[in-house]
Amino acid sequence: MASLRSTSRLFAASRPLFRPASFARSYATVEGTKNVEPSPSEKPNFKTFKVYRWNPDTPAEKPTMQSYQLDLNKTGPMMLDALIRIKNELDPTLTFRRSCREGICGSCAMNIDGVNTLACLCRIPTDGAKESRIYPLPHTYVVKDLVPDLTLFYKQYKSIKPYLQRDTPTEDGLEFRQSPEDRRKLDGLYECILCACCSTSCPSYWWNSEEYLGPAILLQSYRWLADSRDERTAERKTALDNSMSVYRCHTILNCTRTCPKGLNPGKAIAEIKKMLASN
Amino acid sequence: MARLSGLQREVLSLYRQCLRHIRQKPEESRGNFKRFARAEFQKNLSVSKKDFSTIEYLLRRGRRQLETYASPGIRSIH
Repeated sequence: MASLRSTSRLFAASRPLFRPASFARSYATVEGTKNVEPSPSEKPNFKTFKVYRWNPDTPAEKPTMQSYQLDLNKTGPMMLDALIRIKNELDPTLTFRRSCREGICGSCAMNIDGVNTLACLCRIPTDGAKESRIYPLPHTYVVKDLVPDLTLFYKQYKSIKPYLQRDTPTEDGLEFRQSPEDRRKLDGLYECILCACCSTSCPSYWWNSEEYLGPAILLQSYRWLADSRDERTAERKTALDNSMSVYRCHTILNCTRTCPKGLNPGKAIAEIKKMLASN
Repeated sequence: MARLSGLQREVLSLYRQCLRHIRQKPEESRGNFKRFARAEFQKNLSVSKKDFSTIEYLLRRGRRQLETYASPGIRSIH
């Protein structure tokens, strides 16, 4: 179900198939307008973007919000297009992570207008009067501008051993195969791209990030617990069976609301709790 | 010596950790490491005592740097 949702959302976010050919491709990041309503001829449609700025080279200076004005008619439809355009044309010192620009790498996770999301999957609100505010992921140490320090997040991911653990080979020495039903259990889990949007939106994770694993990592834990090929389920369960790792989840469900891929980490955590309780 | 604040003690303990790790390095390069560590601390002498967030950031950065340089693969520094 969750996988269905994610594909439909991704599809909705993808570009329209046909673009009026009259728009010249003057710049790599600048394409014709993608506004739903045909824009009134050539009238510029300016929008203000307020971006969090902080430079580690001058650590004594406080972080500031810097404003940038962009003409939406000359900008692509997504927040990432706007950021790339700011970096290319207005301010090359602006720093942010980006890679695939289509919601599969998870690099461009940031807090846009108060919601953690991927800049490449977030449409620019067409309301030009309102400014958009862009911050790095909340409650993370900032490396620079919009780049968060995800060291702890990756360390925690490593701690759950996110790989297939198995000692017995198959009878025929070929791949470890799964029945379609077993494979279906992983739908809605394997799509996670570890963008850290959910973990950094979770108040429990804000206050206990050292010990609580957070929704993204727990979703991955469950992905390996639910895998029919894995043989260390019992070990994985004992590793999670303490008061901090899982049980700091108080079903706030910010994770599910914010997930840019439309997954449901809250449900995965509930499944882990169920597995631990049924021992 | 005046009583130190928690933050000051953390800075000093970081410096001492640096010195301890330098003792694991080959003898001929210890001087280089020591000078480097000292210079890294001296770079930020101008930071105000009350600027907690900056000092905390510098501490975090220092710890990360120490973790990198402490690896036995790094034998010398120039």
